[in-house]
Amino acid sequence: MEESDLRIFVQTVPNFFKAKFNEEVIVDPPFLRRNESILQDYTGTIGISGKHRGAVYFTTSRGMVGEMLNALHEEGEMDLVGEVANTISGNVRRAFGKDFLISVPNVVEGNTNKIEFPDNAQAFIIPFVWREHHSYLIVALGPSEVEGIQS
Amino acid sequence: MKMLVVDDSGIARRNVLEDLKTHSFEEIFEAASGEEAIDLYEKHSPDLVTMDITMPGLDGLTCVTRIIDINPSARILVISALGDEDTAIEAVERGASGYVCKPYTSEELNTAFDELTNLPH
Repeated sequence: MEESDLRIFVQTVPNFFKAKFNEEVIVDPPFLRRNESILQDYTGTIGISGKHRGAVYFTTSRGMVGEMLNALHEEGEMDLVGEVANTISGNVRRAFGKDFLISVPNVVEGNTNKIEFPDNAQAFIIPFVWREHHSYLIVALGPSEVEGIQS
Repeated sequence: MKMLVVDDSGIARRNVLEDLKTHSFEEIFEAASGEEAIDLYEKHSPDLVTMDITMPGLDGLTCVTRIIDINPSARILVISALGDEDTAIEAVERGASGYVCKPYTSEELNTAFDELTNLPH
């Protein structure tokens, strides 16, 4: 994945929170995932196919999901996490184009053993903070011939 | 005026209805899948439809085509996270009357909705 591709994802996160909550998020510098356990209480996965192949993950804490739901006067943790993952992934098609195909979200609560990362694609972690809650967008994309995962 | 809101996310469907609460609807129908949307459209012939694209099973673009096959003058507003211009163009080519990209503001949705309701039948 090119640095310019990563930058597109970095820009999409604050855009989402600005539009949804009219609030800023702090985005910290992205880093390459090694073997650290970064997954939190809820993780929404979007499988990517087409010109790129791999997955995008939005992983967040119970506290942040609860506060987002309160702010929206809503309920449904899994639904919200899936919708955030879907929206952020879908928005990057503005830059990547329609060959960036996204799956419907797959959301997992708690048991992070159910989440797989593509073997042959580097995973970049984009940390961000909203109302003092730390969350991560993880982008693991390779070219289309890379074996990815489909959710 | 009868309204059909199609999105696999319950939160997204409720957001649409919350943002459009200043409009008065005779009946509101909600569909969580493309298949359910077609079924409800055939049964109730709603005046307006809001349509997500990325859904399990029948996707929103196919749904637009199916609804236009049923009623060529159907008024459909596509509301999707897919932010690329090509998808918006394809939705309109298939017969959608408008396109709003998530995340949207209440004002953006209402502007698009007002344009939809003002279209000639």
